[in-house]
Amino acid sequence: MCLAIPGKIESFEEGSFPRMGKVNFGGIRKAICFEMLPEAKLNDYVLVHVGFALSIVDEKEAQETLRMLEMDEVRKELDGEA
Amino acid sequence: MKYLDEYRDPALAKRLSERIHAVVKRPWTIMEICGGQTHSIVKSGLERLVPPSLTIVHGPGCPVCVTPLEIIEKAVRIAAQPGVIFTSFGDMLRVPGDTTDLLHVKANGGDVRIVYSPLDAVAIARKNPDRRVVFFAVGFETTAPANAMAVWQAHKEGLTNFSILSSHVLVPPAIEALLSAENNRVQGFLAAGHVCTVMGYHEYFPLVERYRTPIVVTGFEPIDILQGILMLVTQLEEGRHDLENQYARVVTREGNAAAQRMIFSVFEVGHRTWRGIGEIPMSGYRLRPEFAAFDAERLFDVGDIAVRESPLCIAGTILTGMKKPFECPAFGTQCSPEHPLGAPMVSSEGACAAYYNFKRQGSAV
Ligand code: SF4
Repeated sequence: MCLAIPGKIESFEEGSFPRMGKVNFGGIRKAICFEMLPEAKLNDYVLVHVGFALSIVDEKEAQETLRMLEMDEVRKELDGEA
Repeated sequence: MKYLDEYRDPALAKRLSERIHAVVKRPWTIMEICGGQTHSIVKSGLERLVPPSLTIVHGPGCPVCVTPLEIIEKAVRIAAQPGVIFTSFGDMLRVPGDTTDLLHVKANGGDVRIVYSPLDAVAIARKNPDRRVVFFAVGFETTAPANAMAVWQAHKEGLTNFSILSSHVLVPPAIEALLSAENNRVQGFLAAGHVCTVMGYHEYFPLVERYRTPIVVTGFEPIDILQGILMLVTQLEEGRHDLENQYARVVTREGNAAAQRMIFSVFEVGHRTWRGIGEIPMSGYRLRPEFAAFDAERLFDVGDIAVRESPLCIAGTILTGMKKPFECPAFGTQCSPEHPLGAPMVSSEGACAAYYNFKRQGSAV
C-alpha cells in the first residue's frame, strides 16, 4: 500500500470538498484527492498514495538525477579512480 | 511512461552495477527499510547486481507484516459482527488472525469490502446510515494523511457510524530501535522515499549523528535503488555518515506541510507494538482524545484475545535484518503464500513473499 507510480493531472473538479481531480496513470484514470497538495496544477505529474496526491514530481530534479547517471559521467568517475 | 521507463532501464542498471562493484572494497551490510523497496529489489534481482561482499538485509517497513496479530484478530471479530461493514486495503484480507482471516469472514457472509482509499470507506458510511462502517487504518507515514483525512471528513459531516481500527507505525523510531540493539549489524540505511514525501527527511539527521550511520533517502524503481546503494556504499567506503537524498525529484527536506497538519489534527504519537519486534516507544500514531468517538477499539467489544504466533515463524529476525527469508526452516515448505505461517509471507511487500514469488525467476532488471 506504500507503492506509488507517477500520474498526470488531467482535470480538477470545481468547488468540491475535499478537492478532487482526475489523474491518468498510463491510461488508467482515477479520482484523486488534492486537499493536501493545493499547489498542484494541470499537467503536473504527482505521486499518489491511497487516493491522495502527496507530492509533485520535480522535472528539474528528475533530469538532474538521470544526468548524474549518464554513461560519460560514470565512465569519467570510474577512470578517475582507476 | 514518463518518470518510470527511464528508472527501469537495464543498460543504466548495468552501469550502476559496475560502479557499485568498483566502489565496494570491504564487506558491508545495508538495509532497505521499506517493503515496497524489498519487493523491487527481489523482483528485479538487484542483489545479483551488487558484489557478494555487500549484504542487503530487509527491514520492518511492511505495514501488513508489523500489524500485531492481536489487532488482526480484532479486525476479524469486528468484521464478523452483524450490522458491520468492514473496509480495508486489499492486502490485509489474507493475513490470518488467531482464528481466521478477513477473506474467510467474507466468504461466510460477513460484509468485508476492499477499498482503494479511506475516503471510499467514508462514502460507504454516508450511503449506509443504518450500518456501522469500520476502516482498517494501517500503514506508515505514507497512509497516515489519508487515514486522518477520512476521520476528519466523517467528523465534519457528523457521521456517527464511521470508525477506524488503527495500527499506525513510524519509520524513524524503528531505525533507532534497530541501531540501538546490541546485536545490530546494519551499517547503512536506504530510507523509504515515500514516507519522506510526507514527513520530509529532517527527522533522520539526529539518527545519522547519534549512531554515526549513513542514511540515503531512496526511491522505488530499480535505478533509484541502485543509485541509493551506490551513494550509501560510497559514504561507507569514505568513512562518512551523512544524510543524502537520492529521491530529490519527489522528496524535500520538510516534506508535505498540509499532510503533516492533517495527521496531527487527528492523531498523536504514542507507543506501538510491532509484530515480530515488540513495543517500540513513541513509534506510532493513535487518535487524539477528541476523536475517541471514531476509535473502533473503544466502540466494539470483541472479548478477550489471547494470540499465539506459529512457533515455526522467525518473522522477528527477518524484520530486523538478522536473517534472510530462505534461512527460515519453514520457508517454502510449511510456509508459502497459499499457507502463510507469518505475515511476511502474506503481503506482496513482505520479504518472505517477495523471495518466494521472485527468487527463482528473478531476472536482473
Ligand atoms: S518463511 Fe514463513 S514462517 Fe518463515 S519467517 Fe517468513 S513468514 Fe515466518
